[in-house]
Amino acid sequence: MTVETTALQGLLDVERIRADFPILARRLDGDRPLVYLDSANTSHKPQQVIDALSEHYAMHNANVARAVHQLGAEATAAFEESRDKVAAFIGAPSRDEVIFTKNASEALNLVANTLAWARGALEIGDGDEVVITEMEHHSNIVPWQLLTERKGATLRWFGLTDEGRLDLSNIDELINERTKVVSLTWVSNMLGTINPIAEIARRAHDVGALVVVDASQAVPQLPVDVAALGADLVAFTGHKLVGPTGIGVLWGRSEVLEALPPFLGGGEMIETVTMARSTYAQAPHKFEAGTPPIAQAVGLGAAIDYLSAIGMAKVAAHEQAITAYALTRLREVGGLTILGPAEAVDRGGAISFELEGVHPHDVSQILDSLGIAVRAGHHCAKPAHHRFGVQSSTRASFYLYTTPAEVDALIEGLDQTKRFFKVA
Amino acid sequence: MDLQALYQEIILDHYKSPHHAGLREPFDAEVHHVNPTCGDEVTLRVHVEGDLVSDISYDAEGCSISQASTSVLADLLIGKRIEDANGIHQKFVELMQGRGKIEPDEDVLEDGIAFAGAAKFPARVKCALLGWMAWKDATAQAVTSAEATR
Ligand SMILES: Cc1ncc(COP(=O)(O)O)c(C=O)c1O
Repeated sequence: MTVETTALQGLLDVERIRADFPILARRLDGDRPLVYLDSANTSHKPQQVIDALSEHYAMHNANVARAVHQLGAEATAAFEESRDKVAAFIGAPSRDEVIFTKNASEALNLVANTLAWARGALEIGDGDEVVITEMEHHSNIVPWQLLTERKGATLRWFGLTDEGRLDLSNIDELINERTKVVSLTWVSNMLGTINPIAEIARRAHDVGALVVVDASQAVPQLPVDVAALGADLVAFTGHKLVGPTGIGVLWGRSEVLEALPPFLGGGEMIETVTMARSTYAQAPHKFEAGTPPIAQAVGLGAAIDYLSAIGMAKVAAHEQAITAYALTRLREVGGLTILGPAEAVDRGGAISFELEGVHPHDVSQILDSLGIAVRAGHHCAKPAHHRFGVQSSTRASFYLYTTPAEVDALIEGLDQTKRFFKVA
Repeated sequence: MDLQALYQEIILDHYKSPHHAGLREPFDAEVHHVNPTCGDEVTLRVHVEGDLVSDISYDAEGCSISQASTSVLADLLIGKRIEDANGIHQKFVELMQGRGKIEPDEDVLEDGIAFAGAAKFPARVKCALLGWMAWKDATAQAVTSAEATR
C-alpha cells in the first residue's frame, strides 16, 4: 500500500505548509532532500517565527518591564502580548496563570522545587507520596526523585500494560490519602500513548493531591483547554510547537500559584527589597526572576499565531492520519516491533520500534545516509524502555508538515537498512 | 556520507560474532560503563597476572560500532604486557579522536584500523571508545588492587 492507492482522510494541505518552512527545502549530503521524522525531539520553524525573532532584535530590542523608553515599551508589550496568546491558546482562565520558563524541564523543576519549599497545605514530608508513571520523560522523573529524597517522601508510579498504556488496575491503592502529587505525561514521547488525564485527575483530587501534567508532546498536536483538563499545573516547551528554543511555559491554577513560594530570586520577581528581606510580586512575575527569554517569547507568540491560523483540530487530524498510515506501513516491515499502541487510537504521532538484528543506532545511521532523520536511543525514557526489555529504540515522529511520501521513504530506508546489515 | 568507510566488513564481522564475549572468572576488576546519549552499555572484567593482561571478558549491549570495538579490544590486548596494552590503547584513542585525519598503524592496531572511518562520525566516536574506556578503568583498578595485596 502506498499513498497513490490510499486517500488519507484528514491530511492538511501539506505542500502549502511546507513552503513556510525553509529548512524543509534543504538538501543534505549527496544532494538528498531532507526527510525529517524527528519532530517529537524538536519541530522546525516557519518563516513567520524566524521573522518574528529577527524583527524583534532588529526593531524592538530592549529589556522588558524596566525601561521607560519607547523600545522598552514595545518589547514589554510584545512580550506580554505573547502571554495573552499562550493563555488563549491553552484556554487559561487568566493570563496571570501563564509563567514563562526556559523549557518544559525548567517548568517541571519549578514545580518540584517550590513544592519542596512549600509550607502549609502543599507541604510534603515524611510518609507522603508522589505518584508518577513508568512512561515519563526523565524531566518528569528526576525532579520528583530529588523532591521525595529531600523530603523523606516516597515516589510511586503507575506501571504499563504490554500495549504501552497506563496500567490503572491498582489506581485505588496507588492514589491514596498519603498522595500529595500526581504528575504524568499527557502524550508519551516514546510510546505515543495519550493518557486519560481527566479520569486520573479526578481520582487525585478526590484525595486532595495536586495534579501536574507534562504536556510537552500534547500542546504541539492537540487542541488544549487547561481549564477543562482537570490538572492544577501544566508544563510544555516552545520548540516542539514550531516555536524557538529557550522558551517554555508553566500554567498553574491561580490558587496553586499563590500558595507556592517563589522559585529563583532576582530582578522582576519582587515587590520590594530591603537588606534584611523581600516581598514578592504576584504570579506570574513571582516565578520569573531575571531577564526572561524575550525574543523567544515573541517567537512563541508567532508560533501560536501560525498554528491557530491552521487550527489545532486540523493539526491533530493530520497527525492522526499520518500516524495511522505510518503504523500500517511499519507493520508491513518484517522483523519490526512497535513499542506502544499499534493502532492509531488515543495515540500521538511518535512511533518507537525495534528492528530485529540491527541496533537503533545503526538504523538511524543508515537512514541518515539517505537523508532521513529519526531518533535513536532511549529518548530520555529509560524506564519505559526497560519495561519493554529493550535498551533503546528507533523513533519516527511526525508533524503538520509530514507527508505520506516521507513515511514511504522511511519504509524504503528500513528495507535498505535490512539489506545493508544482511537481515531477512 | 561514506557508509562503507564506517561499516567496514571487519566491523560487521566482529559485530555478528564478537570475540572473547561473555563474563569469565577469574578477574581482578569489573566495571560497568554506559554511553549516556544512546544507552550503550558494557560490563567488562580484567584479569591481570604479574605484568600481563591475562584475560578480558565482557557483556556488552549496543550498536555495531561499540560491540565490534570491544571485540577488537579483547583480541588485541589479551596476553599483552600491561605497559604495551596501554600503548595500544593510547594509539586507538588517538585514532578515534583524530577526526579521521590520522593514518592508523596496522602493525599496532591490527583490526582496529577498521575504525578509522568511524572517527569521521563524531556521534560514533563515543560508541567506538566505550569498551576501551571501560578496559582502561578496569585495568587501573586491577593494578591498584594487585599492588595493595602485594
Ligand atoms: C514528554 C516530554 N517531557 C519533557 C520534555 C523536555 O522538554 P525540554 O527538553 O524542552 O525541557 C520532552 C522533550 O524532550 C518531552 O517529550
